[in-house]
Amino acid sequence: MKSVIQVTKLKKSFGTQQVLRGVDLSVNETESLVILGRSGGGKSVLLRHIMGLVRPDSGSVKIFEKEITNLSERHQLPVRKDVGFLFQNAALFDSMTVQDNVAFPLREDRLMNEKDILKRVQESLEWVDLKGHGHKMPSQLSGGMRKRVGLARALVTKPKIMLYDEPTTGLDPIVSDSINNLILQVNREFKITTVVVTHDMVSAYKIAQRIVLLHHGQIYVSATPEDIRQSNDPVIYDFVNGISKHMPTIEL
Amino acid sequence: MIIPANLGQITLKFIYEFGALTLLALDTLRTIITGRKRWRLVIYHIYNFGWTSQPVILLTGGFVGMVFAAQIFWQLKRVQLENAVGSIVAVSMFRELGPTIAALMIAGRVGAAITAEIGSMRVTEQVDALRSMCVPPVDYLVVPRILAIMISMPLLTAEAIMMGIGSSFFLSTQLLGVDPTWFWSNTVKYVGMGDIRTGLVKGFFFGLIIVFISCFKGLTCPDGAEGVGRATTAAVVTSSITIIIANFFITFMLNAFFPII
Repeated sequence: MKSVIQVTKLKKSFGTQQVLRGVDLSVNETESLVILGRSGGGKSVLLRHIMGLVRPDSGSVKIFEKEITNLSERHQLPVRKDVGFLFQNAALFDSMTVQDNVAFPLREDRLMNEKDILKRVQESLEWVDLKGHGHKMPSQLSGGMRKRVGLARALVTKPKIMLYDEPTTGLDPIVSDSINNLILQVNREFKITTVVVTHDMVSAYKIAQRIVLLHHGQIYVSATPEDIRQSNDPVIYDFVNGISKHMPTIEL
Repeated sequence: MIIPANLGQITLKFIYEFGALTLLALDTLRTIITGRKRWRLVIYHIYNFGWTSQPVILLTGGFVGMVFAAQIFWQLKRVQLENAVGSIVAVSMFRELGPTIAALMIAGRVGAAITAEIGSMRVTEQVDALRSMCVPPVDYLVVPRILAIMISMPLLTAEAIMMGIGSSFFLSTQLLGVDPTWFWSNTVKYVGMGDIRTGLVKGFFFGLIIVFISCFKGLTCPDGAEGVGRATTAAVVTSSITIIIANFFITFMLNAFFPII
Protein backbone atom coordinates (compact mmCIF):
# COMPACT_ATOMS: atom_id res chain seq x y z
CA MET A 1 0.00 0.00 0.00
CA LYS A 2 1.24 3.47 -0.91
CA SER A 3 1.48 5.95 1.93
CA VAL A 4 -0.14 9.28 0.99
CA ILE A 5 0.24 11.09 4.31
CA GLN A 6 3.44 10.73 6.29
CA VAL A 7 3.80 12.58 9.59
CA THR A 8 7.13 12.25 11.40
CA LYS A 9 8.14 13.46 14.87
CA LEU A 10 5.66 16.32 14.74
CA LYS A 11 5.87 18.72 17.67
CA LYS A 12 3.77 21.78 18.42
CA SER A 13 3.36 23.98 21.47
CA PHE A 14 1.02 26.88 22.12
CA GLY A 15 2.66 29.10 24.72
CA THR A 16 3.80 26.79 27.51
CA GLN A 17 1.35 24.04 26.56
CA GLN A 18 2.90 21.24 24.53
CA VAL A 19 0.08 19.85 22.39
CA LEU A 20 1.92 17.47 20.08
CA ARG A 21 5.01 15.75 21.48
CA GLY A 22 6.40 13.88 18.52
CA VAL A 23 3.57 12.35 16.49
CA ASP A 24 4.42 9.65 13.95
CA LEU A 25 1.60 8.68 11.62
CA SER A 26 1.29 7.19 8.19
CA VAL A 27 -1.93 6.97 6.18
CA ASN A 28 -2.24 4.63 3.21
CA GLU A 29 -4.00 5.37 -0.04
CA THR A 30 -7.81 4.83 0.08
CA GLU A 31 -7.56 3.95 3.77
CA SER A 32 -10.16 5.13 6.24
CA LEU A 33 -8.41 6.21 9.43
CA VAL A 34 -9.97 7.57 12.61
CA ILE A 35 -7.91 9.61 15.05
CA LEU A 36 -9.34 9.37 18.55
CA GLY A 37 -8.38 11.50 21.48
CA ARG A 38 -9.77 13.57 24.29
CA SER A 39 -11.10 17.08 23.77
CA GLY A 40 -8.23 19.55 23.71
CA GLY A 41 -5.82 16.68 23.18
CA GLY A 42 -4.42 18.00 19.89
CA LYS A 43 -6.41 15.91 17.37
CA SER A 44 -7.66 18.92 15.44
CA VAL A 45 -4.21 20.53 15.63
CA LEU A 46 -2.75 17.39 14.05
CA LEU A 47 -5.36 17.49 11.28
CA ARG A 48 -4.60 21.16 10.63
CA HIS A 49 -0.92 20.33 10.29
CA ILE A 50 -1.78 17.77 7.61
CA MET A 51 -3.72 20.47 5.74
CA GLY A 52 -0.84 22.90 6.20
CA LEU A 53 -3.00 25.39 8.12
CA VAL A 54 -0.63 25.35 11.11
CA ARG A 55 3.15 25.43 11.08
CA PRO A 56 4.84 22.87 13.37
CA ASP A 57 7.64 23.66 15.83
CA SER A 58 9.56 20.69 14.45
CA GLY A 59 8.96 17.47 12.53
CA SER A 60 7.76 16.75 9.04
CA VAL A 61 4.48 16.35 7.15
CA LYS A 62 4.56 14.82 3.69
CA ILE A 63 1.53 14.73 1.40
CA PHE A 64 2.01 12.52 -1.64
CA GLU A 65 5.70 12.38 -0.67
CA LYS A 66 6.00 16.16 -0.84
CA GLU A 67 7.28 17.88 2.28
CA ILE A 68 4.93 20.76 3.12
CA THR A 69 6.26 22.13 6.42
CA ASN A 70 9.04 24.14 4.77
CA LEU A 71 6.81 25.55 2.02
CA SER A 72 5.39 29.06 2.14
CA GLU A 73 1.60 29.47 2.13
CA ARG A 74 1.55 30.13 -1.61
CA HIS A 75 3.79 27.16 -2.45
CA GLN A 76 1.51 24.87 -0.47
CA LEU A 77 -1.48 25.66 -2.69
CA PRO A 78 -0.79 23.01 -5.38
CA VAL A 79 -0.57 20.32 -2.67
CA ARG A 80 -3.80 21.51 -1.04
CA LYS A 81 -5.69 21.08 -4.31
CA ASP A 82 -5.70 17.33 -3.65
CA VAL A 83 -6.92 17.65 -0.06
CA GLY A 84 -10.45 18.45 1.10
CA PHE A 85 -11.25 19.61 4.64
CA LEU A 86 -14.58 19.47 6.44
CA PHE A 87 -14.44 21.95 9.31
CA GLN A 88 -16.01 21.31 12.68
CA ASN A 89 -18.71 23.93 12.16
CA ALA A 90 -18.64 23.53 8.37
CA ALA A 91 -17.15 27.07 8.00
CA LEU A 92 -19.59 28.03 5.26
CA PHE A 93 -19.30 31.59 3.96
CA ASP A 94 -22.31 33.16 5.64
CA SER A 95 -22.56 35.96 3.09
CA MET A 96 -23.18 33.49 0.24
CA THR A 97 -26.00 31.11 -0.66
CA VAL A 98 -25.51 27.35 -0.40
CA GLN A 99 -25.04 27.14 -4.17
CA ASP A 100 -22.42 29.91 -4.21
CA ASN A 101 -20.61 28.24 -1.31
CA VAL A 102 -20.35 24.95 -3.19
CA ALA A 103 -19.44 26.72 -6.43
CA PHE A 104 -16.76 28.82 -4.70
CA PRO A 105 -13.72 26.53 -5.16
CA LEU A 106 -14.61 25.91 -8.81
CA ARG A 107 -15.10 29.60 -9.56
CA GLU A 108 -11.79 30.38 -7.88
CA ASP A 109 -10.11 27.65 -9.94
CA ARG A 110 -11.35 29.27 -13.18
CA LEU A 111 -10.97 26.04 -15.12
CA MET A 112 -14.66 25.50 -15.89
CA ASN A 113 -17.31 27.70 -17.42
CA GLU A 114 -20.28 28.84 -15.33
CA LYS A 115 -22.70 26.35 -16.93
CA ASP A 116 -20.47 23.37 -16.09
CA ILE A 117 -19.84 24.74 -12.61
CA LEU A 118 -23.57 24.94 -11.88
CA LYS A 119 -24.06 21.41 -13.22
CA ARG A 120 -21.28 20.09 -10.99
CA VAL A 121 -22.70 22.01 -7.99
CA GLN A 122 -26.13 20.46 -8.56
CA GLU A 123 -24.58 17.00 -8.72
CA SER A 124 -22.65 17.65 -5.55
CA LEU A 125 -25.74 18.93 -3.71
CA GLU A 126 -27.78 15.96 -4.93
CA TRP A 127 -25.09 13.68 -3.70
CA VAL A 128 -25.38 15.01 -0.14
CA ASP A 129 -29.18 14.94 -0.47
CA LEU A 130 -29.66 18.71 -0.50
CA LYS A 131 -31.20 19.15 -3.92
CA GLY A 132 -33.38 22.23 -4.02
CA HIS A 133 -31.66 23.94 -1.07
CA GLY A 134 -29.14 25.80 -3.24
CA HIS A 135 -30.82 29.20 -2.88
CA LYS A 136 -30.83 29.13 0.94
CA MET A 137 -28.41 31.03 3.15
CA PRO A 138 -26.26 29.02 5.59
CA SER A 139 -28.06 30.66 8.54
CA GLN A 140 -31.31 29.01 7.39
CA LEU A 141 -29.84 25.50 7.63
CA SER A 142 -29.65 23.05 10.54
CA GLY A 143 -26.30 21.83 11.87
CA GLY A 144 -26.46 18.56 9.94
CA MET A 145 -27.39 20.32 6.69
CA ARG A 146 -24.49 22.76 7.12
CA LYS A 147 -22.11 19.84 7.53
CA ARG A 148 -23.46 18.29 4.34
CA VAL A 149 -23.05 21.55 2.43
CA GLY A 150 -19.49 21.72 3.79
CA LEU A 151 -18.94 18.18 2.52
CA ALA A 152 -20.40 19.03 -0.89
CA ARG A 153 -18.09 22.06 -1.09
CA ALA A 154 -15.03 19.99 -0.14
CA LEU A 155 -15.89 17.23 -2.61
CA VAL A 156 -16.83 19.40 -5.56
CA THR A 157 -13.17 19.73 -6.61
CA LYS A 158 -12.71 15.92 -6.42
CA PRO A 159 -9.88 15.74 -3.86
CA LYS A 160 -7.82 12.59 -3.30
CA ILE A 161 -7.71 12.97 0.47
CA MET A 162 -10.57 14.10 2.74
CA LEU A 163 -9.95 15.34 6.27
CA TYR A 164 -12.89 15.58 8.67
CA ASP A 165 -12.66 17.60 11.88
CA GLU A 166 -15.18 16.15 14.36
CA PRO A 167 -17.89 15.61 11.73
CA THR A 168 -20.58 14.42 14.15
CA THR A 169 -20.00 16.73 17.11
CA GLY A 170 -23.15 18.56 18.10
CA LEU A 171 -25.49 16.45 15.95
CA ASP A 172 -28.22 14.07 17.08
CA PRO A 173 -27.57 10.30 16.67
CA ILE A 174 -29.70 9.94 13.53
CA VAL A 175 -28.10 12.89 11.73
CA SER A 176 -24.69 11.70 12.95
CA ASP A 177 -25.35 8.35 11.34
CA SER A 178 -26.28 9.96 8.03
CA ILE A 179 -22.99 11.90 8.10
CA ASN A 180 -21.11 8.69 8.91
CA ASN A 181 -22.77 7.00 5.95
CA LEU A 182 -21.74 9.86 3.67
CA ILE A 183 -18.14 9.65 4.88
CA LEU A 184 -18.10 5.90 4.22
CA GLN A 185 -19.66 6.38 0.82
CA VAL A 186 -17.04 9.01 -0.11
CA ASN A 187 -14.31 6.64 0.96
CA ARG A 188 -15.66 3.60 -0.87
CA GLU A 189 -17.26 5.02 -3.99
CA PHE A 190 -14.68 7.66 -4.85
CA LYS A 191 -11.69 5.80 -3.36
CA ILE A 192 -10.77 8.91 -1.36
CA THR A 193 -8.29 8.52 1.48
CA THR A 194 -10.19 9.47 4.63
CA VAL A 195 -8.91 10.81 7.92
CA VAL A 196 -11.50 11.54 10.60
CA VAL A 197 -10.82 13.19 13.92
CA THR A 198 -13.48 12.41 16.51
CA HIS A 199 -14.22 11.40 20.07
CA ASP A 200 -17.51 9.79 19.10
CA MET A 201 -16.96 6.01 19.46
CA VAL A 202 -20.10 5.04 17.49
CA SER A 203 -18.84 7.06 14.57
CA ALA A 204 -15.30 5.70 14.93
CA TYR A 205 -16.39 2.06 14.85
CA LYS A 206 -18.60 2.68 11.86
CA ILE A 207 -16.10 4.54 9.71
CA ALA A 208 -12.68 3.22 10.63
CA GLN A 209 -10.59 0.56 8.97
CA ARG A 210 -7.89 1.58 11.42
CA ILE A 211 -8.06 3.62 14.61
CA VAL A 212 -5.23 5.55 16.24
CA LEU A 213 -5.47 6.99 19.73
CA LEU A 214 -3.72 10.27 20.45
CA HIS A 215 -2.75 10.36 24.11
CA HIS A 216 -0.53 12.98 25.80
CA GLY A 217 0.49 14.38 22.43
CA GLN A 218 1.66 11.09 20.96
CA ILE A 219 0.12 8.18 19.07
CA TYR A 220 -0.61 5.69 21.84
CA VAL A 221 -1.93 2.86 19.71
CA SER A 222 -2.75 2.05 16.10
CA ALA A 223 -5.10 -0.90 15.65
CA THR A 224 -8.22 -2.22 13.95
CA PRO A 225 -11.59 -1.22 15.46
CA GLU A 226 -12.06 -4.80 16.69
CA ASP A 227 -8.72 -4.81 18.52
CA ILE A 228 -9.56 -1.47 20.10
CA ARG A 229 -12.95 -2.75 21.23
CA GLN A 230 -11.43 -5.80 22.88
CA SER A 231 -8.37 -4.13 24.34
CA ASN A 232 -7.70 -4.40 28.06
CA ASP A 233 -5.11 -1.65 28.07
CA PRO A 234 -6.29 0.80 30.76
CA VAL A 235 -5.84 3.96 28.64
CA ILE A 236 -7.72 2.48 25.66
CA TYR A 237 -10.36 0.83 27.83
CA ASP A 238 -11.09 4.03 29.76
CA PHE A 239 -11.37 6.12 26.60
CA VAL A 240 -13.53 3.66 24.67
CA ASN A 241 -15.90 3.13 27.59
CA GLY A 242 -15.85 6.75 28.75
CA ILE A 243 -14.50 6.18 32.26
CA SER A 244 -13.18 9.19 34.11
CA LYS A 245 -10.53 8.71 36.78
CA HIS A 246 -11.56 12.01 38.26
CA MET A 247 -14.45 11.53 40.66
CA PRO A 248 -15.90 14.76 41.97
CA THR A 249 -16.64 14.62 45.68
CA ILE A 250 -20.04 15.91 46.64
CA GLU A 251 -20.53 17.01 50.17
CA LEU A 252 -24.04 16.56 51.46
CA MET B 1 10.62 45.00 38.21
CA ILE B 2 7.09 44.94 36.82
CA ILE B 3 7.37 48.21 34.89
CA PRO B 4 10.47 47.22 32.82
CA ALA B 5 8.90 43.82 32.12
CA ASN B 6 5.68 45.44 30.90
CA LEU B 7 7.63 47.96 28.88
CA GLY B 8 9.59 45.13 27.28
CA GLN B 9 6.39 43.25 26.49
CA ILE B 10 4.77 46.30 24.94
CA THR B 11 7.90 46.99 22.85
CA LEU B 12 8.05 43.37 21.66
CA LYS B 13 4.35 43.41 20.78
CA PHE B 14 4.79 46.66 18.86
CA ILE B 15 7.81 45.28 16.93
CA TYR B 16 5.93 42.03 16.21
CA GLU B 17 2.80 43.83 14.99
CA PHE B 18 4.80 46.30 12.93
CA GLY B 19 6.71 43.44 11.32
CA ALA B 20 3.56 41.43 10.62
CA LEU B 21 1.84 44.51 9.18
CA THR B 22 4.83 45.14 6.91
CA LEU B 23 4.74 41.54 5.68
CA LEU B 24 1.01 41.88 5.01
CA ALA B 25 1.64 45.08 3.06
CA LEU B 26 4.40 43.44 0.99
CA ASP B 27 2.23 40.40 0.27
CA THR B 28 -0.63 42.69 -0.76
CA LEU B 29 1.65 44.75 -2.99
CA ARG B 30 2.92 41.61 -4.68
CA THR B 31 -0.60 40.42 -5.45
CA ILE B 32 -1.62 43.87 -6.70
CA ILE B 33 1.34 43.87 -9.09
CA THR B 34 1.54 40.27 -10.21
CA GLY B 35 -1.43 38.34 -8.82
CA ARG B 36 -5.07 37.92 -9.66
CA LYS B 37 -7.39 40.86 -9.10
CA ARG B 38 -11.03 40.13 -8.32
CA TRP B 39 -12.64 43.20 -9.90
CA ARG B 40 -16.17 42.09 -9.07
CA LEU B 41 -15.25 42.22 -5.37
CA VAL B 42 -13.45 45.54 -5.86
CA ILE B 43 -16.64 47.06 -7.29
CA TYR B 44 -18.70 45.59 -4.46
CA HIS B 45 -16.35 47.14 -1.89
CA ILE B 46 -16.29 50.49 -3.71
CA TYR B 47 -20.06 50.50 -3.35
CA ASN B 48 -19.78 49.49 0.31
CA PHE B 49 -16.95 51.79 1.35
CA GLY B 50 -17.41 54.67 -1.05
CA TRP B 51 -20.96 55.01 -2.21
CA THR B 52 -22.72 54.27 1.08
CA SER B 53 -20.31 56.43 3.10
CA GLN B 54 -21.25 59.58 1.23
CA PRO B 55 -24.02 60.85 3.57
CA VAL B 56 -21.68 60.66 6.57
CA ILE B 57 -18.85 62.35 4.68
CA LEU B 58 -21.07 65.11 3.26
CA LEU B 59 -22.71 65.79 6.61
CA THR B 60 -19.48 66.00 8.62
CA GLY B 61 -17.61 67.85 5.88
CA GLY B 62 -20.45 70.37 5.65
CA PHE B 63 -20.71 71.09 9.36
CA VAL B 64 -16.94 71.27 9.88
CA GLY B 65 -16.75 73.74 6.98
CA MET B 66 -19.50 75.90 8.49
CA VAL B 67 -18.19 75.98 12.05
CA PHE B 68 -14.68 76.67 10.80
CA ALA B 69 -15.95 79.51 8.62
CA ALA B 70 -17.81 81.02 11.58
CA GLN B 71 -14.75 80.91 13.86
CA ILE B 72 -12.49 82.37 11.18
CA PHE B 73 -15.08 85.07 10.41
CA TRP B 74 -15.34 86.17 14.06
CA GLN B 75 -11.56 86.43 14.34
CA LEU B 76 -11.04 88.21 11.02
CA LYS B 77 -13.90 90.63 11.61
CA ARG B 78 -11.89 92.16 14.43
CA VAL B 79 -9.23 93.22 11.92
CA GLN B 80 -11.80 93.82 9.15
CA LEU B 81 -10.47 91.05 6.96
CA GLU B 82 -13.68 88.99 6.78
CA ASN B 83 -13.45 88.80 2.98
CA ALA B 84 -10.52 86.40 3.43
CA VAL B 85 -12.77 83.77 5.08
CA GLY B 86 -13.19 81.82 1.82
CA SER B 87 -9.51 81.46 1.10
CA ILE B 88 -8.58 80.37 4.63
CA VAL B 89 -11.42 77.85 4.84
CA ALA B 90 -10.64 76.48 1.38
CA VAL B 91 -6.90 76.04 1.92
CA SER B 92 -7.50 74.44 5.35
CA MET B 93 -10.18 72.14 3.96
CA PHE B 94 -7.94 71.03 1.11
CA ARG B 95 -4.75 70.60 3.09
CA GLU B 96 -5.93 69.42 6.53
CA LEU B 97 -9.57 69.26 7.50
CA GLY B 98 -11.02 67.52 4.45
CA PRO B 99 -8.65 64.53 4.35
CA THR B 100 -8.48 64.18 8.15
CA ILE B 101 -12.22 64.42 8.82
CA ALA B 102 -13.00 62.06 5.94
CA ALA B 103 -10.35 59.58 7.13
CA LEU B 104 -11.56 59.60 10.74
CA MET B 105 -15.14 59.03 9.63
CA ILE B 106 -14.08 56.21 7.31
CA ALA B 107 -11.93 54.67 10.06
CA GLY B 108 -15.04 54.53 12.25
CA ARG B 109 -17.43 53.38 9.59
CA VAL B 110 -15.44 51.25 7.14
CA GLY B 111 -12.49 50.24 9.34
CA ALA B 112 -14.76 48.86 12.05
CA ALA B 113 -16.86 46.97 9.50
CA ILE B 114 -13.78 45.42 7.87
CA THR B 115 -12.32 44.19 11.16
CA ALA B 116 -15.65 42.89 12.42
CA GLU B 117 -16.30 41.03 9.17
CA ILE B 118 -12.85 39.50 8.68
CA GLY B 119 -12.52 38.88 12.44
CA SER B 120 -15.76 36.93 12.62
CA MET B 121 -14.73 35.05 9.48
CA ARG B 122 -11.51 34.12 11.24
CA VAL B 123 -13.12 32.92 14.45
CA THR B 124 -15.70 30.84 12.54
CA GLU B 125 -12.88 29.20 10.52
CA GLN B 126 -14.01 30.83 7.25
CA VAL B 127 -10.52 32.25 6.73
CA ASP B 128 -9.06 28.76 7.17
CA ALA B 129 -11.73 27.47 4.78
CA LEU B 130 -10.43 29.93 2.17
CA ARG B 131 -6.91 28.63 2.72
CA SER B 132 -8.09 25.02 2.51
CA MET B 133 -9.66 25.83 -0.88
CA CYS B 134 -6.33 27.17 -2.18
CA VAL B 135 -7.32 30.84 -1.91
CA PRO B 136 -4.79 32.97 0.02
CA PRO B 137 -6.80 35.21 2.40
CA VAL B 138 -4.67 38.21 1.37
CA ASP B 139 -5.74 37.83 -2.26
CA TYR B 140 -9.42 37.40 -1.48
CA LEU B 141 -9.95 39.57 1.59
CA VAL B 142 -7.25 42.26 1.62
CA VAL B 143 -6.39 43.08 -2.00
CA PRO B 144 -9.93 43.88 -3.22
CA ARG B 145 -10.51 46.10 -0.18
CA ILE B 146 -7.21 47.92 -0.72
CA LEU B 147 -7.97 48.52 -4.40
CA ALA B 148 -11.48 49.70 -3.50
CA ILE B 149 -10.23 52.22 -0.93
CA MET B 150 -7.50 53.43 -3.31
CA ILE B 151 -10.27 54.46 -5.68
CA SER B 152 -12.92 55.56 -3.14
CA MET B 153 -10.90 57.51 -0.62
CA PRO B 154 -9.61 60.36 -2.85
CA LEU B 155 -13.18 60.81 -4.12
CA LEU B 156 -14.63 60.84 -0.62
CA THR B 157 -11.97 63.31 0.46
CA ALA B 158 -12.84 65.53 -2.49
CA GLU B 159 -16.51 65.37 -1.51
CA ALA B 160 -15.75 66.33 2.09
CA ILE B 161 -13.65 69.27 0.88
CA MET B 162 -16.21 70.50 -1.63
CA MET B 163 -19.04 70.18 0.87
CA GLY B 164 -16.97 72.03 3.49
CA ILE B 165 -16.21 74.88 1.13
CA GLY B 166 -19.75 74.97 -0.23
CA SER B 167 -21.33 75.10 3.23
CA SER B 168 -18.86 77.73 4.42
CA PHE B 169 -19.80 79.82 1.36
CA PHE B 170 -23.46 79.45 2.24
CA LEU B 171 -22.92 80.39 5.89
CA SER B 172 -20.55 83.28 5.23
CA THR B 173 -22.59 84.91 2.50
CA GLN B 174 -26.15 84.17 3.65
CA LEU B 175 -25.84 84.49 7.42
CA LEU B 176 -22.62 86.35 8.20
CA GLY B 177 -22.82 88.93 5.44
CA VAL B 178 -19.61 88.30 3.54
CA ASP B 179 -19.73 89.47 -0.05
CA PRO B 180 -20.00 86.43 -2.40
CA THR B 181 -17.72 87.94 -5.03
CA TRP B 182 -14.95 88.62 -2.52
CA PHE B 183 -15.41 85.15 -1.06
CA TRP B 184 -14.88 83.44 -4.43
CA SER B 185 -12.22 85.73 -5.80
CA ASN B 186 -10.08 85.26 -2.67
CA THR B 187 -10.73 81.52 -2.67
CA VAL B 188 -9.69 81.12 -6.30
CA LYS B 189 -6.72 83.40 -5.80
CA TYR B 190 -5.21 81.53 -2.85
CA VAL B 191 -6.09 77.91 -3.65
CA GLY B 192 -3.61 76.29 -6.03
CA MET B 193 -3.13 72.88 -7.57
CA GLY B 194 -0.67 72.08 -4.74
CA ASP B 195 -3.50 72.33 -2.20
CA ILE B 196 -5.76 70.09 -4.25
CA ARG B 197 -3.04 67.49 -4.77
CA THR B 198 -2.09 67.57 -1.09
CA GLY B 199 -5.68 66.83 -0.08
CA LEU B 200 -6.13 63.97 -2.50
CA VAL B 201 -2.73 62.37 -1.80
CA LYS B 202 -3.38 62.55 1.93
CA GLY B 203 -6.80 60.96 1.47
CA PHE B 204 -5.25 58.17 -0.57
CA PHE B 205 -2.65 57.34 2.09
CA PHE B 206 -5.13 57.62 4.97
CA GLY B 207 -7.36 55.15 3.14
CA LEU B 208 -4.48 52.69 2.85
CA ILE B 209 -3.69 53.08 6.56
CA ILE B 210 -7.31 52.38 7.54
CA VAL B 211 -7.73 49.28 5.37
CA PHE B 212 -4.33 47.76 6.16
CA ILE B 213 -4.75 48.15 9.91
CA SER B 214 -8.36 46.96 9.86
CA CYS B 215 -7.61 43.90 7.72
CA PHE B 216 -4.60 43.06 9.88
CA LYS B 217 -6.62 43.35 13.10
CA GLY B 218 -9.33 41.15 11.58
CA LEU B 219 -6.94 38.47 10.37
CA THR B 220 -5.16 38.32 13.75
CA CYS B 221 -8.29 38.69 15.85
CA PRO B 222 -8.42 36.65 19.10
CA ASP B 223 -11.03 33.91 19.42
CA GLY B 224 -14.60 34.49 20.53
CA ALA B 225 -17.14 37.28 20.30
CA GLU B 226 -15.13 39.30 22.80
CA GLY B 227 -12.04 38.90 20.61
CA VAL B 228 -13.88 40.32 17.59
CA GLY B 229 -15.11 43.25 19.69
CA ARG B 230 -11.65 44.00 21.04
CA ALA B 231 -10.06 43.73 17.58
CA THR B 232 -12.68 46.09 16.12
CA THR B 233 -12.10 48.70 18.83
CA ALA B 234 -8.33 48.32 18.41
CA ALA B 235 -8.62 48.76 14.63
CA VAL B 236 -10.57 52.03 14.93
CA VAL B 237 -8.35 53.43 17.69
CA THR B 238 -5.07 52.39 16.03
CA SER B 239 -6.03 53.66 12.59
CA SER B 240 -7.35 56.98 13.99
CA ILE B 241 -4.14 57.57 15.97
CA THR B 242 -1.98 56.51 13.02
CA ILE B 243 -3.87 58.91 10.74
CA ILE B 244 -3.37 61.85 13.09
CA ILE B 245 0.35 61.10 13.53
CA ALA B 246 0.96 60.22 9.88
CA ASN B 247 -0.80 63.45 8.91
CA PHE B 248 1.95 65.41 10.65
CA PHE B 249 4.73 63.68 8.72
CA ILE B 250 2.89 63.54 5.40
CA THR B 251 2.19 67.29 5.71
CA PHE B 252 5.90 68.08 5.92
CA MET B 253 6.80 65.67 3.14
CA LEU B 254 4.09 66.96 0.83
CA ASN B 255 4.98 70.55 1.61
CA ALA B 256 8.35 69.84 0.02
CA PHE B 257 6.58 68.80 -3.21
CA PHE B 258 3.64 71.22 -3.15
CA PRO B 259 4.85 74.19 -1.07
CA ILE B 260 2.29 76.60 0.30
CA ILE B 261 4.68 79.53 -0.15
